[in-house]
Amino acid sequence: MTTHPEFLESQSYMLPSAEPVQLIAADGSEAPAKQHKQYKEPYQLPEMATMLEGYERLVVGRRVNDQAGALVRQGRMAVYPSSHGQEACQVAAVMCLRRSDWLFPTYRDTVAVLGRGVAPVEAFESLRGDWHSGFNPHDYNTANPTTPLATQLLHAVGVAHSAKLRGEDTVVLALCGDGASSEGDFHEALNFAAVFHVPVVFLIQNNQYAISVPLIRQSVAPSLAHKAVGYGMPGERVDGNDLAALLAVLGHAVDRARNGGGPALVEAHTYRMQAHTNADDSTRYRSDAEVAQWVPKDPLLRVEKYLHDAGALAAADRERIAVAAEAMAKTLRDGLNAETSVDPLDLFRYVYSEPTPQLREQSTLLAAELAASSATMGASR
Amino acid sequence: MTTIAQTPQPATPAAQPGERLSGVQTITFAKALTLAMADAMAADPAVVVFGEDVGTLGGVFRVTDGLTQQFGEERCFDTPLAESGIIGMATGMAINGMRPVVEMQFDAFAYPAFEQITSHVAKLGNRTRGQVRLPLVIRIPYAGGIGGVEHHCDSSEAYYVHTPGLTVLTPSTVADAYVMLRDAIASADPVVFLEPKKLYFSKDTVDLDALRAGYSEGGGAAAPSTIGHAAIARHGTDATLIAYGPSVAVALAAAETAAQEGRSLQVIDVRSLVPFDDETITAAVKSTGRAIVIAEAPGFASMASEIVARIQERCFHALAAPVLRVTGFDIPYPAPKLEKYYLPGVDRILDAVDNLQWETP
Repeated sequence: MTTHPEFLESQSYMLPSAEPVQLIAADGSEAPAKQHKQYKEPYQLPEMATMLEGYERLVVGRRVNDQAGALVRQGRMAVYPSSHGQEACQVAAVMCLRRSDWLFPTYRDTVAVLGRGVAPVEAFESLRGDWHSGFNPHDYNTANPTTPLATQLLHAVGVAHSAKLRGEDTVVLALCGDGASSEGDFHEALNFAAVFHVPVVFLIQNNQYAISVPLIRQSVAPSLAHKAVGYGMPGERVDGNDLAALLAVLGHAVDRARNGGGPALVEAHTYRMQAHTNADDSTRYRSDAEVAQWVPKDPLLRVEKYLHDAGALAAADRERIAVAAEAMAKTLRDGLNAETSVDPLDLFRYVYSEPTPQLREQSTLLAAELAASSATMGASR
Repeated sequence: MTTIAQTPQPATPAAQPGERLSGVQTITFAKALTLAMADAMAADPAVVVFGEDVGTLGGVFRVTDGLTQQFGEERCFDTPLAESGIIGMATGMAINGMRPVVEMQFDAFAYPAFEQITSHVAKLGNRTRGQVRLPLVIRIPYAGGIGGVEHHCDSSEAYYVHTPGLTVLTPSTVADAYVMLRDAIASADPVVFLEPKKLYFSKDTVDLDALRAGYSEGGGAAAPSTIGHAAIARHGTDATLIAYGPSVAVALAAAETAAQEGRSLQVIDVRSLVPFDDETITAAVKSTGRAIVIAEAPGFASMASEIVARIQERCFHALAAPVLRVTGFDIPYPAPKLEKYYLPGVDRILDAVDNLQWETP
């Protein structure tokens, strides 16, 4: 077992900054330089072109959330967990990674999944009910989101561990929520990542609620980022609605991991502006006044104001981005409004690499039922 | 665990130790498992072994003895004491091109990994429409008969066989310990590999060269896999005893006693719980017309119950008597001084044989 050199020098590198890192204030103005001095790393504002790209991704992401919500109301999707208001975390996560890096998203991270290049119809397959997420993760180096909490963090550690053993410079970014930080797998994943010193960046999107249960019932730690200390990795906290700060903090953690610095834990403070899903009623556990406090902190409007004030958002940019967002919305509508056919016999095809004799029997049984059913329908016509 | 860069490279390839056993050897069940892992690791650099105490110590049952010394710390290593972590990390490593062989220290200590096994290991292939396969082996020492304390003797197979997507194997002979573990490692699908811990130190004489001949240099199977195939452990004509894992030896002992009393009992070793070999077992029961299923696990809603149901569905008209079960009682596994009352033994099996309605007209 090796002791990391920085541990020998100091243990303070594990503590998060005294305040969540913020580079652009809620009103779109650049945070004052003196504020930067209280952060433990010399975080720099991203370049304007990067911010413009991020803005485009935010606009498209917001449109995805709005369009998906509408499609649920129209009965085209079974359910949708909206990330309205917390898109900046997913956008920054995607922008910090290379194509060869891996992303492990949660079920609320559709914006990030799309950002990794997964075709919209594939990304929404499980929410539409056609299959339990059928895209090939190797095509996008992006894991299939599932609903158990924190289990994917261990898979992220395993992918990183394999890459490290093969001498690759892959970084894995694993997303989870504040609720997931209470799960045992969260603990095991961070501990394994630290012990094996693998290149994983854990990003907790702390949106203050696990369905209805507020953060105070998940943890009374000084912050979720402080949990890093217990594992021997650096923790950091960041304004999760500040794209610039997210890019700086996550970018630093990703670079550090890529250069052999090991894992890191980042907690982003954000807010779930909408209900857990369309099936949830958030008025039962939080007030409109509370939600209203977060409206002015919106990540999209913040970047828009910042770019506008810097003269970096031309009318042509706005128009181009609006067109891109509408195109994405149309792709979603067209894809989800199209009637898809499902093959019932697919049920047996993929459980094992070769169906067992028992599954072949059951497949034959279902095929016979289907044949009998279609014969009956034909006769009644 | 050190990084690759920090690990000193051995002067000679670690995978070719000087003392590699070969030819006809008398070895333990545990040693056969060790050799299976060592040979698979030598054949395929993607095979890695990890778990609790498997490195320096060589496992609490010494099944991984010598693998770290032979292959280095990247190939066989200790993990933190966290079973969900072990299985979850193995899942990620299998997604990313490795073939992990992980050890759960005892049957009941695998339960913290239950969510990873049932919700991800078993489902990922289906979830991705076969685009991701998980060549992952989960080795679990299981069952009793060793005078173990609580949580060290569970027969936990029902949980795994009930979970679609898992292959579940359990060897009962030294030769099968080697062959079935090689087959498990070569499998594209995740395998729960249940090792009867009371057999670890049983010995047999095997021809290692012949066993190894079943596998290609790259680690793949050259001979037909044992997966999905039961074995006939003893030929007989009067009734069929169907057993697996630790119960096979008990069934064979019962058949030996019965032979002295003039009854010819056939013994089937199920070996592959999933996929289940209906063909062999149906043919066997039809040939004798009588069957008893023997297993250590509590009988209620068990693997034994499933076997009885399958026989009844397929052999009804060939049966001369109801198919009986001799299983553990429906109680938590008992303390050491009481386990002899719980375990299916020769006498209980022979009593069941006597009850197979022999008084035919």
